[in-house]
Amino acid sequence: MPIIETEGLTYTYQGGIKPSIRDVSIKVEEGEFVILTGPSGCGKTTLCRCFNGLIPHFYTGTLKGTISVAGLNVIEHKIHELARHVGFVFQNPENQLFALSVEKDVAFALENLGMPREDIQGKVEWALKNVGAYALRERAPHELSGGQQQRVAIASVLAMQPAVMVLDEPTSFLDPLGAKKIFEVIAELNKKLDITVILVEHRLDLAAKYVDHVIIMDEGKVILDGEPRDVFNSDQARLVGVGIPKATRLFQILKEDGFNLKKIPVSSDNAAELLRGVLSHD
Amino acid sequence: MIEVKDIYYTFPNRVQALKGVSLTISDGEFIAIMGQNGAGKTTLVKQFNGLLKPTKGEVVVDGINTRETSVAKLARNVGFVFQNPDHQLFCESVEEEIAFGLRNFGFEKNLEKKRVDWALNLLDLAQYRKTSPFLLSGGERKRVALASVLAWDPKTVVLDEPTIGQDHQQKEKLRQFIVQLNSQGKTVVVVTHDVEFVAESNPRVVLMTGGKIIADGIAEEILTNEKLVTKASLVPPQISQIFLQLADLGLPTNVIDIYQARDVLSKYMEAKHK
Repeated sequence: MPIIETEGLTYTYQGGIKPSIRDVSIKVEEGEFVILTGPSGCGKTTLCRCFNGLIPHFYTGTLKGTISVAGLNVIEHKIHELARHVGFVFQNPENQLFALSVEKDVAFALENLGMPREDIQGKVEWALKNVGAYALRERAPHELSGGQQQRVAIASVLAMQPAVMVLDEPTSFLDPLGAKKIFEVIAELNKKLDITVILVEHRLDLAAKYVDHVIIMDEGKVILDGEPRDVFNSDQARLVGVGIPKATRLFQILKEDGFNLKKIPVSSDNAAELLRGVLSHD
Repeated sequence: MIEVKDIYYTFPNRVQALKGVSLTISDGEFIAIMGQNGAGKTTLVKQFNGLLKPTKGEVVVDGINTRETSVAKLARNVGFVFQNPDHQLFCESVEEEIAFGLRNFGFEKNLEKKRVDWALNLLDLAQYRKTSPFLLSGGERKRVALASVLAWDPKTVVLDEPTIGQDHQQKEKLRQFIVQLNSQGKTVVVVTHDVEFVAESNPRVVLMTGGKIIADGIAEEILTNEKLVTKASLVPPQISQIFLQLADLGLPTNVIDIYQARDVLSKYMEAKHK
């Protein structure tokens, strides 16, 4: 059974003239790493708000269709029940961190759940180790670099051991090396701990190589949904103005010139390997 | 021309943000200042219009030492578009916002109106003339901030992290617009860590880390030097990452753009078949 399944999901914000998402039917399998992308205002953030029940329980408006996450019908379960299964990481980690130390920040949600103190300690340590931030545990979050802060924000979500992690443009404020590290951390959580990842992202270049499933939205609708190679290589992805990976774009341009790489690359490593094969063979 | 002569800058909290920086920017240049967060990029460009004055050393803009004049006079020549447009916008309508700078610089009423219309059209904002900037999207607010600066026609435009929070299409539009401004003779300084954005525009690149300039040259040399970019917390552009892996086949490694890649590959194939 898919861990996330929506059928004909349509939502209009209170006072909105038209639906922000329209007739969205998607399936995400357990353990998948999904990229959700599309132009600004395409509805991707609205869709994510349905995954943890912010829609319809916090934002009022009209929701039609069905949605289930981790076996729970989102419409019938409250936000706090869904929060145990779906963790959220936002664009700006500063909005998520507020305690005096990293450890306290990561412990906060667990304390709210009423977990015994001894258990909390262990969970916090485990979460910080998994994002490579254990050495920072006694530091004040505001003293950390943006990349370190984002790793702490991920740890504070990870500590709850969610089945699904939704990350909304988690690297926009980071420099490229910091962004690369965040994607590596997310990929590892996905692989090692089998956490289902929904990554909302414009920078497909750095993340593409980790991904199993790509969903592209435009004007509230899902316009492409499938394997990275097929989605990135489709004309529609280019037309809607999604920044498809340069490796894929290079493949397309070379093909126009009659130079066929045989397979569609989605990352630089892929492209280099395919080019090597063709160039050293002829 | 902007001449930065061995400047140091220490913030009141004693953080040393610039440690001996020298740089000359000629009229009509397009230059990207790159490096990690906290490298001193924004502190450096704020010296160009006198928002900050060096603790040691001097900055000379068109022959005038920034210590010997006012920010208002310098701003006429060096316009600044901030990273967060909300730090810049405060008027009730987009039109007012654009007119504000013009009034401060003493443009005549007649000319003011013409310049406002021109800037609104240039950045595709005419339909928002009477709208409050705060009702616009982030991308649109950025365009308002840019329009309000271009309206008074400064010789140099400085843009701090213009691509943050923009989607791919908005980014591409902005890139084309910046290249066009530069081709019309404006000096353009962009502060950014967006390597793909820079790779596609191919400006002069100044790389900073720890308050110092560690490299200054053309994009295809600097961005393809893996050691150097890693030092500045960047990664080589994607196309370059492909070619860096293929160096042993005798392919050039200074390739950063997709069309450049196509040319290099077709020449390589031709040579091989001969």
